[in-house]
Amino acid sequence: MSEQNRTENTDRRDFLKVSAGMAGLAVAPGVLLYGISAHGRAPDEPASAKVRWGMLIDTSKCADGCDECTTACASENGLSGATGPQDSQWIRKMHIKNLQTGAEHNVPMLCQHCENPPCVDVCPTGASMKRADGIVLVDRHICIGCRYCMMACPYKARSFVHEPLAEQNPEVPRGKGCVESCTFCVQRVDRDETPACVEACNKDGHMAIQFGDLNDPDSAIAKAMKAYATTEVRADLGLNTGVRYQGI
Amino acid sequence: MASLRDKLRALALIGALAGLAMAPAMAGQATPAKGKGDKCVEDTDYMRRNHMELLKHHRDKTMHQGIRTTRHSLKGCVECHASAKTGSVAASKDDFCAACHAYAAVKVDCWDCHATKPKAAQAAVPGLSALQSGGQTQ
Ligand code: SF4
Ligand code: SF4
Repeated sequence: MSEQNRTENTDRRDFLKVSAGMAGLAVAPGVLLYGISAHGRAPDEPASAKVRWGMLIDTSKCADGCDECTTACASENGLSGATGPQDSQWIRKMHIKNLQTGAEHNVPMLCQHCENPPCVDVCPTGASMKRADGIVLVDRHICIGCRYCMMACPYKARSFVHEPLAEQNPEVPRGKGCVESCTFCVQRVDRDETPACVEACNKDGHMAIQFGDLNDPDSAIAKAMKAYATTEVRADLGLNTGVRYQGI
Repeated sequence: MASLRDKLRALALIGALAGLAMAPAMAGQATPAKGKGDKCVEDTDYMRRNHMELLKHHRDKTMHQGIRTTRHSLKGCVECHASAKTGSVAASKDDFCAACHAYAAVKVDCWDCHATKPKAAQAAVPGLSALQSGGQTQ
């Protein structure tokens, strides 16, 4: 559906390409519902498709040398925080440089919570799934650890747990043999809190990450996306990501 | 004076009780530690046979729909049944889950991913605890 709205740029290999264009307009598909808030959903109420959770990251506010978001993610979700090839990383702080202009940016990369997620498409078991409110998750009860989704994800957002784990956060069960990725801190979102990285970034005064309901025109994130040009990384793939960037 | 019939009945009762007490002991069953609360979220007999169904049903609802009632959540089981000794439901053979599962020779892989101990100083979730005490059946 974002097909006509996307700026066409045919160089598919150009990762992290800026293709701001009109993609922002297509981010909230379906009916826009006014006056219905996602917030304060009762524990017995299922997640609703009226809501689409999303994130807006302003790369110009993402500070050099800061690791608040990655550290907060690790402690919330029980990750080791190590960044070796076999360590789980749900959010990675990347540094990119435009070789032509010399412009440099800090870009926190995480699961983009695609509206049309390739990970879900390829998963042979149904373990990779998208919740009604747009949060993409792995149901570890079903995951067989084939890692097909890791190969399908264009953002390298997923990690595989190679070793047995112990002392997990009771709210974030995770273990050997399953693939995992950013959950938007679904356990926090379900009790009306923001993801740990957002909280940490704001607490530290950077305010580089906003989180909210893209379907709610009154939410700060929807207003920001209406006011400013935002970028969908690899917009050419037509995934309609829930994570958008400003400043790249 | 008690009749012979009464005596026999009493004897039979004692025998049955002894049998009940002996059988698990002989098979090496540890008595599962008592939970923290007065009673379980469902009758003990029902829980013995059906806890796995409740947990499976609840896990799918939580995972796929984001329903987070606490009555039948595994986290709730762990919070109540973690033993005083190890603080866990499965760290030693006497802990709540481990004790019965060893006796029944049923291997579970819940603990590969799920924490066997409650979160040390977990902040109370107002909505959730209110719902739990209200006895919401989910
Ligand atoms: S970013 Fe990757 S893991 Fe996340 S929804 Fe998209 S394809 Fe799946
Ligand atoms: S690793 Fe798990 S989630 Fe990924 S494709 Fe295989 S079964 Fe699905």
